[in-house]
Amino acid sequence: MDSVLIPEGVSRCSAKKFFLWTLPWILILIWGAVSAVLCLWKALNQTNMSNIFAFALWIVFDLGLIALGAGAFFTGFLTYIIGKKELKDIINAAVIIGFICYSGAMAILGIDIGQPLRGWFIFWHANIHSMLVEVSFCITCYLMILTIEFLPIILENNKLEEIKPARLFGKNLHSIMAIFAATGTFLSFFHQGSLGGMFGVMYARPFAARGGFYIWPWTFFLFILSAIATGPCFTILIVRITEKLTKKKLVPDRAIQFLAKLSGILLSIYIVLKITDTVSWICTEAHKAGLTFMDFYKEGPYGIWLPITEIGICGIIPAILLVVPKFRKDPKWLTIACILNCIGIVLNRFSFIIVTLAIPVLPFERFWSYLPTWQEWGIALASIAYGVLIFSLAYRYLPVFPKEKELNPIS
Amino acid sequence: MTPFSFEWQWDIGHIIFFGFLYLVLTIVGLGLSWAGLKTVLQLLGLMWERDLEEH
Repeated sequence: MDSVLIPEGVSRCSAKKFFLWTLPWILILIWGAVSAVLCLWKALNQTNMSNIFAFALWIVFDLGLIALGAGAFFTGFLTYIIGKKELKDIINAAVIIGFICYSGAMAILGIDIGQPLRGWFIFWHANIHSMLVEVSFCITCYLMILTIEFLPIILENNKLEEIKPARLFGKNLHSIMAIFAATGTFLSFFHQGSLGGMFGVMYARPFAARGGFYIWPWTFFLFILSAIATGPCFTILIVRITEKLTKKKLVPDRAIQFLAKLSGILLSIYIVLKITDTVSWICTEAHKAGLTFMDFYKEGPYGIWLPITEIGICGIIPAILLVVPKFRKDPKWLTIACILNCIGIVLNRFSFIIVTLAIPVLPFERFWSYLPTWQEWGIALASIAYGVLIFSLAYRYLPVFPKEKELNPIS
Repeated sequence: MTPFSFEWQWDIGHIIFFGFLYLVLTIVGLGLSWAGLKTVLQLLGLMWERDLEEH
């Protein structure tokens, strides 16, 4: 039925099978749409957010998606600026994943701000002293760049390529991709950093506040490092899942191995710095606030298991698995390392968002618990369903993996 | 916000913040315009169409 749209020389499942695959994700998307309509119509009282939990599940998803989507800018930087040719086999997938993550995050933010019609206020009446304003500027501009990077891939579709102006425009855009990649790298560096910096300057919240260098708290640098250490792993993970589902080899091992090795090195550096930062925080910021390390983990469900899982199980273990060639070259260990790495960064963002707000600061305050409503879950999960649908459509109709034909010849 | 807005102040914060924003928007705008213009010139036959794909 849709065979004319499918790239030449590759095999795809039947349209019926593809529709059945998309069905559960469409249902989740409908759940998200209903939740979004309710939030826009009846306002944010549809959520369990409050004056205490102004940042909640949606921001956890936002920061998680933005960190996981860092593979796009980092792979783009390595491909177009540094000139790593082997990454050309995976750059399309990285760009699409980045686009999905950032557009998903922006869609969630559109609901989260409560009055989307006034969304433009942040640009026009900007508070230049706010790190969040800088983040808003950067992620909006970066989503623009990701859209431009995605456009030539869309225009390479079989049918669209027959339209001469579209084909030429796509190729001309592709020829100056290095400029967009460099701009994207600049923007990503600052918004990943400022997202971390925002927590580091919360001086009234000893759980998040950190010392730093000049105007930048250490969390500024840690957030950048953790994002570039995890983003490529998320790209590898999505490629591995696609390979598993399609029962095909889609990306040559040299591209995967290069990204995995680099991730391993960056993750190792990050973990060493994160442990140093944690120790320094216990001895300085927490100490100054009259608190000990265990004071932060004595109430509610967020016990000592949280830093142990984040830094130990989802930090040190994947770093070792990615750095040691024997494990990295084993597909099973590589997948485990990527999963742990991704869980680790989401836990890190979760701690900074939720635990920071839940822990009492003053002696007369109590521990605040928070459970998202079904509307909050609907919108958050819809971002995942949206991602799966976009990536599935891209894989089916666009030449996402340039080496697919070569690696899977049709007999 | 632009330098013509009533909230604008000629201080270092506004210049850096908005300077970079408008720089990025200019790069994006010029990049898109260049690709569009080149496409039009190629379609009109005023510029050679080259195969930009790397094999």
